[in-house]
Amino acid sequence: MMAQWLWLVPAAPLLGAVLLGLFGPAFGTRVCAMIGTGSVGIAAIVAVLLALGGRGVSQALWPWVVLPGFSVNIGLYLDPVSLLMTLVITVIGCLIHLFSTEYMAGEAGYSRFFAYLNLFVAAMLLLVLADDLLVLFVGWEGVGVCSYLLVGFWFLESENGWAAQKSFVVTRIADIFMLAGLLLLSTDLGTLSIRPMLAAATAAWPQGGALPTTAAALLLIGGLGKSAQVPLQTWLPDAMAGPTPVSALIHAATMVTAGVYLVVRLHPLFLLCPGLMAAIACGAAATLLVAALAGLFQTDIKRVLAYSTMSQIGYMFLALGVGAWPAAMFHFLSHAVFKALLFLSAGAISMRLHHEQDIFRMGGLRTKIPVAFWCFLVGAASLAALPVITCGFFSKEMILGFVWSAPGMGPALWAAAIFGALLTAIYIFRAVFVVFFGPATTAVSGAYGVRIVLPIAVLSAAALCIGWLETPHFLGGRAFFSAFLAPSTGVVARHRINGLIPLAGFCVPLLGTGIAWVLYRRGFWHALAARPEGRLRALLRGGSEFDAVYDALLTRPFFWAVRVLRDDPVDQAFGGLEWLAIALHRRLRGSQSGQLRRYAGWLTAGSVATILLLVFG
Amino acid sequence: MIAWTGPAALAGALFLLGLLGLLARRGLVFVLMSIEIMLNATGLLFITAGMRWGNPDGQIMLIFVLNLAGAEIALGLILILRLRDRLPTLDGDAATLLRDG
Repeated sequence: MMAQWLWLVPAAPLLGAVLLGLFGPAFGTRVCAMIGTGSVGIAAIVAVLLALGGRGVSQALWPWVVLPGFSVNIGLYLDPVSLLMTLVITVIGCLIHLFSTEYMAGEAGYSRFFAYLNLFVAAMLLLVLADDLLVLFVGWEGVGVCSYLLVGFWFLESENGWAAQKSFVVTRIADIFMLAGLLLLSTDLGTLSIRPMLAAATAAWPQGGALPTTAAALLLIGGLGKSAQVPLQTWLPDAMAGPTPVSALIHAATMVTAGVYLVVRLHPLFLLCPGLMAAIACGAAATLLVAALAGLFQTDIKRVLAYSTMSQIGYMFLALGVGAWPAAMFHFLSHAVFKALLFLSAGAISMRLHHEQDIFRMGGLRTKIPVAFWCFLVGAASLAALPVITCGFFSKEMILGFVWSAPGMGPALWAAAIFGALLTAIYIFRAVFVVFFGPATTAVSGAYGVRIVLPIAVLSAAALCIGWLETPHFLGGRAFFSAFLAPSTGVVARHRINGLIPLAGFCVPLLGTGIAWVLYRRGFWHALAARPEGRLRALLRGGSEFDAVYDALLTRPFFWAVRVLRDDPVDQAFGGLEWLAIALHRRLRGSQSGQLRRYAGWLTAGSVATILLLVFG
Repeated sequence: MIAWTGPAALAGALFLLGLLGLLARRGLVFVLMSIEIMLNATGLLFITAGMRWGNPDGQIMLIFVLNLAGAEIALGLILILRLRDRLPTLDGDAATLLRDG
């Protein structure tokens, strides 16, 4: 009976965005905060009620495109995967909105911020609930626009606008590939409605054929761009120019996982292309290592988190590459919780330090702001996957187990993933130790209100609890989460792995934390930061210099072409005629002296010459 | 055969004289007079040609030329008067309002 209210889930934030966009400045901050948080809260309540109600709800709203042989209906579809996404988006989104009402207090453009944030939530919900790939694409572009608007929220500084453009342009380039994939699917299968399209694809296309591989690869490139994976990852660190709640919501919890969602949603199509799956796994391993190495050398706390996001989404794609859909979604869930927690805690820290973000100018904050310390510590422990107590351990353990038992490259990918886990523990606990331990270097001001403390406390509690939804066999072997997802993803067999492999997942995070501690005690991190940067460190810190390569290969040739074409070289040829006429005119204008006698003289000379020519010629 | 070379030579001489006057004089009234002389030289040449070939057309042409000369002198004098209103001079070289360059 709740099913007919499904439309309210994306509609409530959309209404909030419209109200705030039209009348926001007139409302005053209290009303803006209430509308902004309340609309997402309504969506969250409806989503929870739907979750309690039933499964597999779909709701057709109205036809969009009706053509002979091809039609698109705007409709919503709620299955376990989209329900999970919806719950994460609305509940975590609501908490982040609540956090923002205090975090953004006193900022110019308060109502504009909430209008954009609500619009983003609406677009993201449309993306995950869409029953048709074209509707999904509308949501996909919608979140891209909102990301652009929110990264460039403080548009008075030109770097922010530049970062916003970069994030938009890079994801747009990926989206063009995705659009091409959609065109291929629609022309070949005749429909973009997800379930009929997948049924037609599995029926019509052969395993490993060129057509499914091309279509899936094009869609995948779109997903890689949105999810900041190698080679389209360069926009994410710069997107940290936006306000911190934006980074928490868009660039950690929800939008950047859209690529993961897309692959899970279309997994029957990807199962047709084993080669592409292997490529996904290899690319993911590369991403998680590149990002983890970059995270090791960042000095800005938000950039540490940005690279960790990239790296963790790499783990999700690694799970996708080996066909472990529930593992990817489980890591998505735990990542959304702990990364939102980390970003909000980082925001809470820099709020008290006059928006300082350099970790080496912090220090000793453990006793000064204990709330932020404990919450950040829980988030960091989850990110590092400290065993048993944190959710990150369970989801990463699940991925590592699937990767190990994958045929072919399994062990090699597992080695990359476990090395990545080691680096993750090192880089995040480096940040923890540098920020919270040692002598204090910056004065702390202000105090937290309940709207700051409540969201991070709730997220901390969630980060400690949700891991028990799915446990490895040596911790009970509970499979609640994968059973919940089974109607969408099918049952993916989980092999029992004994011995050293789970033990490595146990020990490596502890080892990494220990290494970070020892290096911190010896003053290595501070000494390294104080030393002038060598070439290797500069290479790693810049995310392996993808930016420089793209700059040389794409950006500069593009701007060269722009410079050449700006003056329209074809038009220049026609401009030559004009130039000739003007040059001749310059030569001849001297003869127009205005003197009658001179004209008469020339007339005479011409006449004499003509007569002479006629007589003697 | 009536002698025609003398009048023809006279016409040529008159024409050259007029032309020289046109090119050499700066006073606009003299320029106008020079043009009259050149027109009359052509008229004389028409008469001479009519006499040479025994054809009355030459005399008819002279009437035309005289008409033309009358109209031309009227127009020319008006232009000179208008010019003198704008520039208080009759110097043809000073009237270079259409100069370009």
